[in-house]
Amino acid sequence: MRRDVFQAIADPTRRDIINLIAHKSLNLNTIAEQFDMSRPAISQHIKILSECGIIMINQQGRERYCEIQPKKLIEVVDWLEPFKKLWEGRFNQLDNLLSIIKKQKNEQ
Amino acid sequence: MNSNLLFDFSVNKENNTIHIKREFDANLELVWQAWTTAELLNQWWAPKPYHIETKSLDLRVGGMWLYAMVSPKDEKMWCKADYKAIETNTLLSWLDAFCDENGKENTVKPRSLWTNNFTENNGITTVNIVLKHDKLEDIEMLIEMGFKEGLTMAMGNLDELLLTLKK
Repeated sequence: MRRDVFQAIADPTRRDIINLIAHKSLNLNTIAEQFDMSRPAISQHIKILSECGIIMINQQGRERYCEIQPKKLIEVVDWLEPFKKLWEGRFNQLDNLLSIIKKQKNEQ
Repeated sequence: MNSNLLFDFSVNKENNTIHIKREFDANLELVWQAWTTAELLNQWWAPKPYHIETKSLDLRVGGMWLYAMVSPKDEKMWCKADYKAIETNTLLSWLDAFCDENGKENTVKPRSLWTNNFTENNGITTVNIVLKHDKLEDIEMLIEMGFKEGLTMAMGNLDELLLTLKK
């Protein structure tokens, strides 16, 4: 069975799970509660994500936490793209600032 | 925004450098000010949703810019730029670092040596940026960190991006 990042993201529920845990590791129950789907079905998706290397499951006491593995995701998106986006955002802010200053100078 | 303004972005894996080139629709003096004045840097340097609070900026070789990247939850990440070379309106070089609020660097995260060249042609100013690193792993680490922080932005577009990738 093929297990790679592309299979991980092929399913909309799995993409939602990735989005959900992108910022913060969550336990299985918390994730399952967000979906209108049976817990075993969500568990199955999480199992696939884990086998694809997109998430890592950490046992903490009785809870199992799902943690995103950014390195794996970078394989899917162009690895530079998010970094480039940071710069784009920064430069767009500078564009705005420069045009405001130029306007102010013209009004003086 | 003028979408005709050039924006180049590339990584040279042999030299461990990141190359960024961007044009701005403003004259050289103004762009230089935007890169060297705390009041102006505060307004654009931080990627959203962060903002910058400058603690001090001493624009001379051996001086530093000490600032915090402040998250929407008011968490501060202190950074500094140690100025290495300054030629007004031409060249600005610094070594960056993550640090504490007194500028004492933390060596956990890799440092980048920035060399920024400024040129103007017919009212359009080009900034040529080279970020030099000790090793390729440093770049990978920066990109991974940028990835985590840029995730808010990137994730919003993930669905769209994935759709195009699958085509």
